[in-house]
Amino acid sequence: MADTSDLTPSRRAFLKGTAAGIAGAAMGAGAARAAGPDPLITDIQPFAQGLGDGVDATPYGLPIKFEDDVVRRNVEWLTADTISSINFTPIHALDGTITPQGCAFERHHSGAIEMSKGEYRLMINGLVDKPLVFTYEDLERFPRENHVYFCECAANTGMEWAGAQLNGAQFTHGMIHNMEYTGVPLRTLLQEAGLSGDLEGKWVFVEGHDASSNGRSIPMEKALDDVLVAFKANGEALRKEHGYPVRLVVPGWEGNLWVKWLRRVEVTDGPVESREETSKYTDTLADGTSRKWTWVMDAKSVITQPSPQAPITHGPGPMVISGLAWSGHGAITRVDVSKDGGKTWETARLAKPGEKMALTRFYLDTVWDGEEMLLQARAMDETGYVQPTKAQLREVRGENSIYHNNCIQTWHVKTSGEAENVEVS
Amino acid sequence: TSAGGFGIGREALPEEVAAWDVNVMPDGTGLPEGSGSVADGEMLFSENCAVCHGEFAEGVGNWPELAGGEGTLADKDPVKTVGSYWPYLSTAWDYVHRSMPFGNAQSLTADETYAIVAYILYSNWLVEEDFVLSRENFLEVEMPNADGFIVDDRPETEYGQWRAEPCMSDCKDSVEITMRATVLDVTPDEGADEAG
Repeated sequence: MADTSDLTPSRRAFLKGTAAGIAGAAMGAGAARAAGPDPLITDIQPFAQGLGDGVDATPYGLPIKFEDDVVRRNVEWLTADTISSINFTPIHALDGTITPQGCAFERHHSGAIEMSKGEYRLMINGLVDKPLVFTYEDLERFPRENHVYFCECAANTGMEWAGAQLNGAQFTHGMIHNMEYTGVPLRTLLQEAGLSGDLEGKWVFVEGHDASSNGRSIPMEKALDDVLVAFKANGEALRKEHGYPVRLVVPGWEGNLWVKWLRRVEVTDGPVESREETSKYTDTLADGTSRKWTWVMDAKSVITQPSPQAPITHGPGPMVISGLAWSGHGAITRVDVSKDGGKTWETARLAKPGEKMALTRFYLDTVWDGEEMLLQARAMDETGYVQPTKAQLREVRGENSIYHNNCIQTWHVKTSGEAENVEVS
Repeated sequence: TSAGGFGIGREALPEEVAAWDVNVMPDGTGLPEGSGSVADGEMLFSENCAVCHGEFAEGVGNWPELAGGEGTLADKDPVKTVGSYWPYLSTAWDYVHRSMPFGNAQSLTADETYAIVAYILYSNWLVEEDFVLSRENFLEVEMPNADGFIVDDRPETEYGQWRAEPCMSDCKDSVEITMRATVLDVTPDEGADEAG
């Protein structure tokens, strides 16, 4: 049996391997001729000789240590404290569309609370035939559905209204995650409590178990359409910070409505006009009036690679420009990419056909000539809506809307391959 | 449809509904009996709220300002407070009662909540210092920005003009960089560390 406790050969091989890697990168891309045999190939590596971990080593695993930069990050100066605050998904380092739950962004108003399934109760009350209380176990007895949807914070990209501020796709566009949810349609639970009479003009008020409660009003039409009372995400229970054991999923609508730790759904004859739909999540226009009930998240996209946190390191030659597109109005049908700040556009390739209210991955397989680029992506959805520029948005709204900034993002890629968040004329 | 279908769950008891259904509507529905004065509110505010929101509700550090900002909503940097921005007093009562103080929510009685809301109104110069807020006079308070909100009008103001086939080539004559994030340099350091 090999001695896996002897780290000396491993360390030497690692150092040699690193040196070879750097030499390889310096030679640039293309079918370059090797200067000499690669020791990562010609030397027997410790992992090819010794043994790895047993199957009992990690009952529930985390990413390998080499990926320890793929983590949520917060920006301290954005909020007064870290309890009513936000952090950001590392979208610059992810691919595909499903967000790993462990690095999917968080937004709390009174912290991520810990409650068990045993402590969980859901109340349906108000203008129903019979107010009801459900336990967690009750919810699992109703017919279930599975859907993939994006949850985008209304404030995503909000710091960028007045200019280019944060340098990285994680910070400018990372208040978003995309998961496969399992749950019960809210419609099913409302029908269980009994909806009588004319539903025209009726609303539901939804609130959480946490101290902030995060109460929001939703018109009945949406409540009966596609809102989901979800208890699983990406195959497993919700994470504590995402509402364990039960959250609301409100497809296409701003993340604030996705009430976590859902405790109560009340049928009302009007909107409550709670703090989260008056003081917050209202969008002030240039003349000082404000829009309310701006629920839908419009079509949007961002190039995730290359981007400020994901520079080009391989030199000129073949490369992949990759990014995400999404729309609260339905499926993404097309994404165009510009390398010259919007003078000319090429249509990118969608990795899969766009799905309604879900993240869509796009690729532009291209060749970099080593010159500067002003990279932009422009999403289109099935309603024909084309993602606007920031100038177009400001023309209608001014600079104080805070929320719903779905403008085209520009990355300035320099000859070094580094990228910067910029605005262009 | 009538109640039932699956027969799952049980009927909520009146005490349970009363414990959780505490929201207050703009027309005052949901307000409990009670009252509170500006003077009582000033003391309660000083004890429970001022550490974050300031003795005069003007805000401390990065914590929210609850008073001031009149007439600033169209400014470059609007100051949005209960007085300058909030359309309904019901929201202030509901939110304070349900979710404040931060870290010790649901600790205020109805009378205490009336008093604190009265003090917030006084801090915004919307009532006199001898004012007493109660369920009876609640709707008489005029909120300055009550008419400051419009329902989402993106379908009329935006969607029409942006649902059009976009330009693909020769879309503009020149492109200049007008702003750079690195000039501000406010991105956390670890954000750039992984470049290597």
